[in-house]
Amino acid sequence: MTGEASVAAGSTIDALGQFELHPVLGHLGEALRFSQSPLFMLIAVAIVLVFLYVGMRPAAVVPGRLQAAAEISYDFVHDLAVSTIGENGATFFPFVFAIFFFILAGNYLGLLPFSFTYTSHIAVTFGLAIMVFVISILASIRFQGVGFLKHFLPAGTPVWLAPLLVPIELISFLSRPVSLSIRLFANMVAGHVLLEVFAGFTIMLAGLGAFGHVLAIAPIAINIALTALELLVGVLQAYVFAILTCIYLREAVAH
Amino acid sequence: MYRTPRLFLFAAPLAAVPGRAVAAGMPQLNFHDPLLIGQVVWGAVIFGGFYLSLSRFALPRVERVLSNRRTRIQSDLDVARKAKAEADRASAELLSARHEAAEQARAHVERIQSEARASADAHAAETAKRLESEIANAETRITQSREEALSSLSEIATSTTQDLVARLIGTQDEQTVASAVKRVSA
Repeated sequence: MTGEASVAAGSTIDALGQFELHPVLGHLGEALRFSQSPLFMLIAVAIVLVFLYVGMRPAAVVPGRLQAAAEISYDFVHDLAVSTIGENGATFFPFVFAIFFFILAGNYLGLLPFSFTYTSHIAVTFGLAIMVFVISILASIRFQGVGFLKHFLPAGTPVWLAPLLVPIELISFLSRPVSLSIRLFANMVAGHVLLEVFAGFTIMLAGLGAFGHVLAIAPIAINIALTALELLVGVLQAYVFAILTCIYLREAVAH
Repeated sequence: MYRTPRLFLFAAPLAAVPGRAVAAGMPQLNFHDPLLIGQVVWGAVIFGGFYLSLSRFALPRVERVLSNRRTRIQSDLDVARKAKAEADRASAELLSARHEAAEQARAHVERIQSEARASADAHAAETAKRLESEIANAETRITQSREEALSSLSEIATSTTQDLVARLIGTQDEQTVASAVKRVSA
């Protein structure tokens, strides 16, 4: 959510203004096409790396709180990758870890006032999804050779069904990056639009005088509940993205 | 399958918000904005850097700590297991030593007992033999004495008879008396 809870012309709520990109660092940012979106990517990445660095610095046999947190996040994604992908899971573990924490940090960072949610941009989520898609195709070729193409005709299908089934399988395969990216994008946009809309209601009600001041408590209460929901959605969507990545990679490495 | 009811919730207020916001279009779909494409390129660079620093430095560091802990726990367990095995072996040794000692002691006692029994038997046998030989000696002596007595009997009888005859008839014919006595006593 953005701090620019802009209430345009008093009567309408600009729920989408928060997603606008503005160059940061003045002319340099403009020249480098550097908006607040990559800035928050950098912040998110830095937070995760600092968390891991500071957490693991004691390298104690009996971990403290921060180290335990770092180890739990490692173990959580490691178990997810290895149990879903299989024995080759360890190869893709850093990738899945990067995906999960890039999205999670982006989702959570976006919940802070005056921040920007880069996962609410379809270009970003689609870029991530295409990356997963391309990597899973490369892994398929690496692990199964051209033979992975036979997945488009499930084993035991009558040959005369092939003209029907192969396009269906192909479409479902190609729609993966679309569904993967739109799921995350839509969830984040929906959450932030809702927060903005109810925040806007509060301001509009506050403009109605004493009676409005009392009524304005309702949207604030809703926004508190929505923030809690967004905390859940943020981790859930990151998890969904990571586990779907793992599932696609498992299909890629399975024989 | 991962759909949340939130998506439906989303629709309601959007419909409630009068036109402008939606009509203005989503900034995310404004693909003419150079910043929009810029963030994808920057995102790729940042994500690549993130991936590399994770896979090269951050995650192996965590893995090292975790595997250190695993090996340490494993080695501690191994030490404990070894100590237990040693203790078990020592206790088994002690048991077997005790068993052996008991066995030896029993064997010793048995040997001493059997020796004592044997020596007692031998002693008894010796005594019995000695007694038997003494009995035999005594019997021989008795027989001898009796024979002696018996042999001297005829002599005594003869001399007594000669004395008696001499007293009675005043004469003595040794030969006759002796043969008579012999005849009578025979």
